[in-house]
Amino acid sequence: MSRLPITKTPKVYIGGAFVRSESARTFKVADAAGAFYANIPQCTRKDLRNAVEAAAKAGPGWAKRTAYNRAQILYRLAEMLEARSGELVQSLVRFGAREADASRGMAVGVDRLIHYAGWCDKYEQLLGSVNPVASAHFNFTVTEPMGVVGVIAPDSPPLLGLLSMIAPVIASGNTVVALASETVPYPSILLGEMLATSDLPGGVVNLLTGFRRELIPTFATHTHIRAVYAVAQGDDRRVLRLGAAESVKRVRFADKGRAQWFEASAQGLDAVRDFVELKTTWHPIGS
Amino acid sequence: MAAPRKSAGRPSPRLIFGDLWDFDPAPESADPKLKARYDLFIGGRFVRPRSGRTFDSINPGNERKLAEIALAGPADVNAAYAAAAKAFRPWAALPGRERGKYLFRIARLLQDRAREFAVAETLDGGKPIRESRDFDVPMAAAHFFYHAGWADKLEYVVPGASVSPLGVVGQVIPWNFPLLMLAWKLAPALAMGNCVVLKPAETTSITALKLAEILVDAGLPPGVVNFVTGAGETGAAVMGHPGAAKVAFTGSTAVGKAIMRQLAGTDRRMTMELGGKAANIVFDDAPIDQAVEGIVDGIFFNQGHVCCAGSRLLVQEGVADLVISKLRNRIRVLRVGDPMDKNTDLGAINSREQLATIRRLVAAGVREGASMYQPPCVLPEKGYYYPPTLFTGVTQSHRIAREEIFGPVLSILTFRTVDEAIEKANNTPYGLSAGVWTDKGSRILRMSTELKAGVVWANTFNRFDPSSPFGGYKESGFGREGGRQGLLDYASTA
Repeated sequence: MSRLPITKTPKVYIGGAFVRSESARTFKVADAAGAFYANIPQCTRKDLRNAVEAAAKAGPGWAKRTAYNRAQILYRLAEMLEARSGELVQSLVRFGAREADASRGMAVGVDRLIHYAGWCDKYEQLLGSVNPVASAHFNFTVTEPMGVVGVIAPDSPPLLGLLSMIAPVIASGNTVVALASETVPYPSILLGEMLATSDLPGGVVNLLTGFRRELIPTFATHTHIRAVYAVAQGDDRRVLRLGAAESVKRVRFADKGRAQWFEASAQGLDAVRDFVELKTTWHPIGS
Repeated sequence: MAAPRKSAGRPSPRLIFGDLWDFDPAPESADPKLKARYDLFIGGRFVRPRSGRTFDSINPGNERKLAEIALAGPADVNAAYAAAAKAFRPWAALPGRERGKYLFRIARLLQDRAREFAVAETLDGGKPIRESRDFDVPMAAAHFFYHAGWADKLEYVVPGASVSPLGVVGQVIPWNFPLLMLAWKLAPALAMGNCVVLKPAETTSITALKLAEILVDAGLPPGVVNFVTGAGETGAAVMGHPGAAKVAFTGSTAVGKAIMRQLAGTDRRMTMELGGKAANIVFDDAPIDQAVEGIVDGIFFNQGHVCCAGSRLLVQEGVADLVISKLRNRIRVLRVGDPMDKNTDLGAINSREQLATIRRLVAAGVREGASMYQPPCVLPEKGYYYPPTLFTGVTQSHRIAREEIFGPVLSILTFRTVDEAIEKANNTPYGLSAGVWTDKGSRILRMSTELKAGVVWANTFNRFDPSSPFGGYKESGFGREGGRQGLLDYASTA
């Protein structure tokens, strides 16, 4: 007699905990064959605000970690993903990815985490500077994280896109509230589980699932979100920029087609630079 | 907090020097070589505005008309963008060495005519001649000189990537440092190989148009730089023009937000240098006399028309009475008056409108219960002037502690602990600059780490350098000006 399998209740990862939407709303996802797979939390503006609160709370501690420590935590996250890559690939395939594509995306994603793990203790020397001012001051410019960054991931590739956008943002000490792919949200549920078992402190990365049209306006206007990193087109872009104007929020769009996320050019120092502030200090010399 | 009480301790000493003898006038007499009428500078030539309209530039020091300035309408802005677009390819294709040499020339020609420019700047904007002569003009020349040297070294700007210019850049600058802001904006854009359409502020167009004379003398190819003059409407046309690959704006946060909204439907790149409400923090171990000078510099430099002005003084309680009493004495001898007098410390407020804004906010300060001190001083009968003003008993919710006044008005608050200072300093939507006064190097670095501001001055204030990136956090804007980082804001990377 065949055994009835235990299915998992998908929950989103917010503030280091697995929660349902506060609204108790869900939406159904079906696998590639059209069969019901699970009910996914349909996160609301309130869930987003809760996530921002969690991210804001985690921010100072994460920013104060040493660069070496952040590097090791990102590396640890890659270790978690590598160990469970079979499960992730399977989930991508279940929702329509070709096996080869899913495997390659997984490999690129893990390698990308390691790429940014390595950046943690290097970008400062490239983005900062000592400035030869014409007075008796030691004048230097260093980077600082912006704070809470909203990430709006592409629908496809669902997992690689999300990973590629989160990694450079947290590498410099920002915390993230991310909205996962609307069409293929399930891999982000799995990713949450891996984040929870990595050494990443709760609240540093918060993953929401739900509908872009419901959440983008709040990403745009929430004043505690200091920057938005989005894959968005047309009216979504305008909505994000309009909302951002109210608190002079930084907005960056990742204009990449699906295939481009797989390429080496989709990673690098630019993405780190986009989410740091520059601070210049004039320190007196002698007297 | 308590204002200094006459009964507590010894009476504060009174300086009587300035009370007994007045200074003889010491007017600067160099010829500013002004024209009666200034046209637009488009395609390397001075051209009459197609709009057919002009407006007057007033000397805020005496309310007399200085010159007539062309008012650029939409057709003029179009013409400027067309000229810049035409100039772009050959300019960007020039070897960096050659572009750099033009900028070096501009720096030198400006130095040659430094005094003439300083006088023009003071007449047009109202700032003391001492400041335009010793700060604005030399610093503007330094910016051209610094960026000139970058033009042939662009492959070093970003490690691992190559940079290229963006195209035509639209720039709008404010009236507080007309020539200097222009240099900050032009020099990096040109060094990178961009072309520019720039609008000076309505009340201070003259030094930009005088600089156009230098651009002609330097042989700069026509169209590389275009100046269109006018007010807000012209500015909106420059910012909103579809021919702009990037816009750079310096001005108020309100207008910055309006520009961001205006461009929300486009992918235009932006640099925003907006308002500020900087905390200037004095700890009890600070060198007090030096700090008092720094506080005065921080808020009264350029009549307080400075986006990064130290307009919120945070003093540690133990030294608050001492600092405030020394400050009162210090501002009693500040000389307010004719901007052209070499002894003047505070010149004219830039415009009638700005004077009204300052009066309105000061009235709000009084109404909300802060106590005001203004030294006795006789202001000239003609012109726009405002005395140096201190407010004590200010709380964080007072408008004068939250809103940018952009005038010679200092709000004084106190604190007890380092953490309280940090919290109060950061309790603002702005984040442009901050000052820290202490004898401890380690405390300077702690404060610098905690303060949410783009520039932190320690035991100094209002210092600038072309090699030192300047720009804000939060609602003070984004992007940097100066240094390698500022240069990069005018480039795309690949």
